[in-house]
Amino acid sequence: MAEPNMTLQNPTLQNPEQAITREQELIASVQRGQNELFYELVRPYERRVYAAAFAILRNETDAEDVAQEAMLKAFANIRKFRSESRFSTWLIQITVNEALMRRRRERTVVMEGIDERRNREEETGYAPREFADWREIPSEALERKEVRQKLSEALASLDRKYREVFVMRDMEHLNIQETADALGISVASVKTRLLRARLMLRDLLAGGWEQGWFSRLPFEKGNKPW
Amino acid sequence: MVVSCEHVWQEISNYLEGDVDAPLRSAMDEHFLTCAHCKSVLEGTRNVIQLYSDERMIEVPAGFGRRLEKRLIQNSRVSGSRWSSWSAWLVPVAALALATAGLRLANSMTFSPPIKSELAQPAKDIPPDMVVLVAAGTRVFHVAGCGVIHNKDHVRTLTAKEAIREGYVPCIRCLRKYVENASAGHVALDSEAAADLDDDEDGHGGQ
Repeated sequence: MAEPNMTLQNPTLQNPEQAITREQELIASVQRGQNELFYELVRPYERRVYAAAFAILRNETDAEDVAQEAMLKAFANIRKFRSESRFSTWLIQITVNEALMRRRRERTVVMEGIDERRNREEETGYAPREFADWREIPSEALERKEVRQKLSEALASLDRKYREVFVMRDMEHLNIQETADALGISVASVKTRLLRARLMLRDLLAGGWEQGWFSRLPFEKGNKPW
Repeated sequence: MVVSCEHVWQEISNYLEGDVDAPLRSAMDEHFLTCAHCKSVLEGTRNVIQLYSDERMIEVPAGFGRRLEKRLIQNSRVSGSRWSSWSAWLVPVAALALATAGLRLANSMTFSPPIKSELAQPAKDIPPDMVVLVAAGTRVFHVAGCGVIHNKDHVRTLTAKEAIREGYVPCIRCLRKYVENASAGHVALDSEAAADLDDDEDGHGGQ
């Protein structure tokens, strides 16, 4: 993975009301034909679009290509966008569709067979393995590249179907129904997979303490539960 | 209502989503007060959600934004701002017009007979229904009784319009008045016809 772009470009994080108003203005302008404003409209979401594609494809080149294709498709269909849904959700759903289509084209019969087996295994429950007091990882730790790397590795180690649901819900911030719609699965499946993904990540990160992943993190006073 | 640890684990995600009913929520709250393990699972799961929801967790390849912007700008130029929304329909209409024209051209080329002479052009004001004669192996059409018809044993009758369509040119002897009425562009036609006639005459020794 290349050096990340750490700039927080989403204006909604700074002034939500102004950002939403500006976004609505941009949508209206592009719909009227001011095509040159489209990049300004989608720029706050370009990282999320890439992340959605990468969660499904697990390949940087494919993810970037699909992210670009999704943006072009959004541009081509911008006049069809209605404000009943959030623009970001619409954009992410287009991206997920593009990524799923790409994956379908490239999948092999063998992989389909494996996925079918895994679907049956989903019905069995998941029990947390790590019961030691949870040592909270503070958000400030994300400033450190090695921490982000370990979190990314833990996410990448999840089975595809758990990873996709987790990324859509907890990283892309789609709601449960939107996640189900985007991935073409039931709400019940989203909830089941989300539970397992969260518990598995918790176990993986709890194990990380024992392996020294986070041992050099600077904690503020009162943040040590042990 | 009392809940087991297993029940808490199965509902912990819904609990964090705010997607459990009030009695279950109360029971789980009670459980967390007394069960350190489940409390640890709750805190850990909440921490996981908090960490991964941070935008810093989304990493993109270097230059991703630049490349995306470049592609969008290129695309915008193609379908671009100079194309107002109302003119978008011009593309399919133009394509249809071109396709129609192409089809007509193809049809005309397909169904037109081969040109007998590269210089063949219809003479001016020649009556299209005039009955004329053409002989096999020649490029000239004549009126009946013309004295320079070559290969008289193999003539056929048709209208002037049909003869012209088949690429024949008028005889400058028997149809001179029509040739002379033709435009200056028909000078070459005259020469061609004359040459043809000369050939005919040479072959027949001046009938």
